[in-house]
Amino acid sequence: MSTVDLSMVDPAIGVPKPDPIVVVDGVVKAFGGLRAVSVDHLEFQRGAITALIGPNGAGKTTLFNQLTGFDRPDRGRWNLDGRELSGRSPARIARLGMVRTFQLTKSLSRMTVLENMKLAAVDQRGERIAFALFPHFWRSEERASERRADDLLDRFKLDHLRDEYAGTLSGGQRKLLEMARALMTEPRVLMLDEPMAGVNPALTQSLLEHVKALRDEGMTIVFVEHDMDVVAEISDWVVCLAQGSVIAEGVSSAVAANDAVIEAYLGVSS
Amino acid sequence: MDWSQIFIDATRSAVGVPAAAFALAAIGLNVHYGYTGLLNFGQVGFMLVGAYGAAITVDQGGSLWLGVLVGVLAAVMLGLLLGLPTLRLRADYLAIVTIATAEILRLTARARSVEPLTNGVFGIQRFAGDFYDLNPINQGLYGWGRLSFSNRQLWVILVGWGLVALMSLLVAGLARSPWGRVLKAIREDEDAARALGKDVVSFKLQSLVLGGVIGSFAGMLLAFDQQSVNPDAYTANVTFFAFLIMILGGAGTSLGPVVGAITFWFTLSFVDSFLRDGIANELFFSRWIDTTDLGAIRFALVGLALMLLMAFRPQGMLGDRDEVRLVDR
Repeated sequence: MSTVDLSMVDPAIGVPKPDPIVVVDGVVKAFGGLRAVSVDHLEFQRGAITALIGPNGAGKTTLFNQLTGFDRPDRGRWNLDGRELSGRSPARIARLGMVRTFQLTKSLSRMTVLENMKLAAVDQRGERIAFALFPHFWRSEERASERRADDLLDRFKLDHLRDEYAGTLSGGQRKLLEMARALMTEPRVLMLDEPMAGVNPALTQSLLEHVKALRDEGMTIVFVEHDMDVVAEISDWVVCLAQGSVIAEGVSSAVAANDAVIEAYLGVSS
Repeated sequence: MDWSQIFIDATRSAVGVPAAAFALAAIGLNVHYGYTGLLNFGQVGFMLVGAYGAAITVDQGGSLWLGVLVGVLAAVMLGLLLGLPTLRLRADYLAIVTIATAEILRLTARARSVEPLTNGVFGIQRFAGDFYDLNPINQGLYGWGRLSFSNRQLWVILVGWGLVALMSLLVAGLARSPWGRVLKAIREDEDAARALGKDVVSFKLQSLVLGGVIGSFAGMLLAFDQQSVNPDAYTANVTFFAFLIMILGGAGTSLGPVVGAITFWFTLSFVDSFLRDGIANELFFSRWIDTTDLGAIRFALVGLALMLLMAFRPQGMLGDRDEVRLVDR
């Protein structure tokens, strides 16, 4: 059950949300003559699951990379709770609370699962070289982040793999680890790039449950996906991109019935 | 065949100053490559600026300690100079820039225009008097029979291996800290580290400077040992031997560079003495090989040994095979 209900929001492009956490304005990115992304105005609702959908090459991942700082748009601004994110480095954006995962999981192979988790804790004093040699300064923060890591590993049922190298994990386990690791940073917005891609159906279900549970605890989640069934099941709001622009947004049933979306997906007009 | 002499030669090399210096150079490279994944192909450049920084300062009338300070600062500057423009780019750019910079530094040290400072191709000699004056060991020979060292040799050896121990402890301590964990994360996947809020460029720069400073100690140690700096001692070969030593011992392990350096110098000297003895006594190959060819042949044999090592033990002597297997997954 959802804590936010967006069914009363008008399913129109660029529509204001009751309580937006991320606001995107005029983000444009062109590769040569090709407009990869061109988003006039887009708001993401706080505490909701928003799905970014669209056919291949619609610009979903490009927009994602721009919002998280991994790629620079030609122009445009966006903010998180009023804090400007445009023009900042990926690391800074992550520290300000917008944390992403990757379509091709980036588990740190030659580090253990627990090390992967502890790495992600923010504001670690022990990461400063001046303190690093003296465990006295960081032992307690290290213990605290280990406790938090263990709780998250329990939750994602990775606790039995805690001391294994991340490189030995299966594809699905890596997806879970990456999500758990992102949560270690205590993000305000969790950005998941195709979290279900390449995951077997049983694990997909468990991933979806995890995402819903996080939302129910108040987390804001934005994710890229192209499987409409997955989207319909968990999203509170759906944004459909085609050729870099938003062509529709609304609750999933409204978007699924939208002519422009059907045309974009099937390449025919009804 | 004089086996005891062969073993004594090999042991002398294994505990000698060059072995300690290469251990230091490899410890520095291990910070770069083993922990952070930075491809620094110009470690010899850090050794050069350390050695020349110290030698020039003392030669111009500065004290020993000022010389050491200048050597270290020169390495810090070089690290920043190399890192700032390249560390934002892909890993290969650092490799290209470091190898070129090391060569530029060597050619600069030979150049006519800086001869008043560096004395060009002749280099600088006899600047380590203060260093030997610090020697607390009484005059005499120390050791066992043919495996003995003068008090002077023993002093440099003790300082050298003392530095190796200190730097190994320092790096081991840092590697176990959260700081070291960020370096390893950058080695594994720097975008993942970025996505978790780590300032990757800043950490890489710290790693480059730290490993470079350790490399400058290697350069200073060799310079004080030989009482001489000469531009042509700082060729790219030196960097590649340091790489070889690090990989031989096990990249990314805290004792790998030390074990690698000892093994490398022991083996090199062993092969050399063995062939020399055999050929001189006409036991083998004496018809085809002259003892003057040995310098090249022993390196060919070391190369062969390294190929076998890579084929059968790619993780090096101390590395963890399972860990190395994870790299390509």
